Amino acid sequence: MLRIDALQAVYSELERCVVVTIMGAVAAELQSLGHRPSFFYLQHAMGLASSMGLGIALARPELQVVVLDGDGSILMNLGGLTTMGRYRPANLIHVVFDNESLLSVGGFPTATATGSDLAALARAAGIPRVDAVDAIDAFAAAFRDALAARELTTIVAKVEARGPAVFLTDLPLLENRFQFQRYLRTVREQGSTAP
Amino acid sequence: MPVSVTNSQLIYDTLKACDVRLISALPETWLVHLIRLADEDPEVTLVRLAKEEEGIGISAGAHLAGVKSALLMQNHGFLASINGIVSLAHLYKIPLLMLISYRGEFGERDPWQTQGGGVTEALLHSLGIPFKRLDQPAQVAPGIRQAQTLAQSALKPVALLLCRDLMWEE
Repeated sequence: MLRIDALQAVYSELERCVVVTIMGAVAAELQSLGHRPSFFYLQHAMGLASSMGLGIALARPELQVVVLDGDGSILMNLGGLTTMGRYRPANLIHVVFDNESLLSVGGFPTATATGSDLAALARAAGIPRVDAVDAIDAFAAAFRDALAARELTTIVAKVEARGPAVFLTDLPLLENRFQFQRYLRTVREQGSTAP
Repeated sequence: MPVSVTNSQLIYDTLKACDVRLISALPETWLVHLIRLADEDPEVTLVRLAKEEEGIGISAGAHLAGVKSALLMQNHGFLASINGIVSLAHLYKIPLLMLISYRGEFGERDPWQTQGGGVTEALLHSLGIPFKRLDQPAQVAPGIRQAQTLAQSALKPVALLLCRDLMWEE
């Protein structure tokens, strides 16, 4: 499974969610499918996208929050997995694209390439719903099930270690940041979660 | 345990008056009453962390979502958070209200706290983080209020150093 195909398969659902991605390939691929004001791309601070998603989910229970994480990033913040497991916001879906490598910096293998099991780690950390998938249809089904479940879910999706040729996009970091904040303020004022 | 209940309450009440509604924390001796107050307060969400750097991400998310937050950490927790401060809070202009218990200063009896005490202010300076020491109760309310005001107007992290004379009674 290619990550961009997985993103494409759930893009129509993502459009209706508040999405926080990690840096690099994930951010560039989601933008290539179409940027929305409800998408925030954390282009540094590796590991903290999941913590940001947790902060948004706890601050705004009415929003459906999706974190698009990666194996290298979550391995940097395994403690954060236990914090998510502790507070279990029902409005948070945590997708981990596991390509078993640090693709953005040259493809060095991560510990998942030698057997570390992120789904097992998520379960052991206390995440109440955990899915592990390695095909597009299964991923899309797991994502839709998670949306319907209204319970904190981690989906570990095994993907190929392939990404876009360039990671730089024409969306400046601060433009993304202020647009995202304004979006979250506007939906609160309008009492709606739809973009 | 001679951590000041009175001054912890004063700090907590000021945080509430500054509209703080989410507090992340990692326990440390001087912070026990502050964490207990947050835990017992139905108006505040307390997030107990595994490591302090998570709190930078959680506060960033809360800020963009429109909720004011504060971070309770020891100065060693500040040391553990520096990459998040630089590559999230500074990079994306995120206000952070950091309350840092300042261990390792004059009067410190625990040898293991002394190294971090010696580098805390130098690191705050080098990171360009505005900070103020809170040594006396009279400094607490104006110090926290002004720090919050600057954090929100400058969109940057600020720090208050919770010092021995304020936090510890012996």
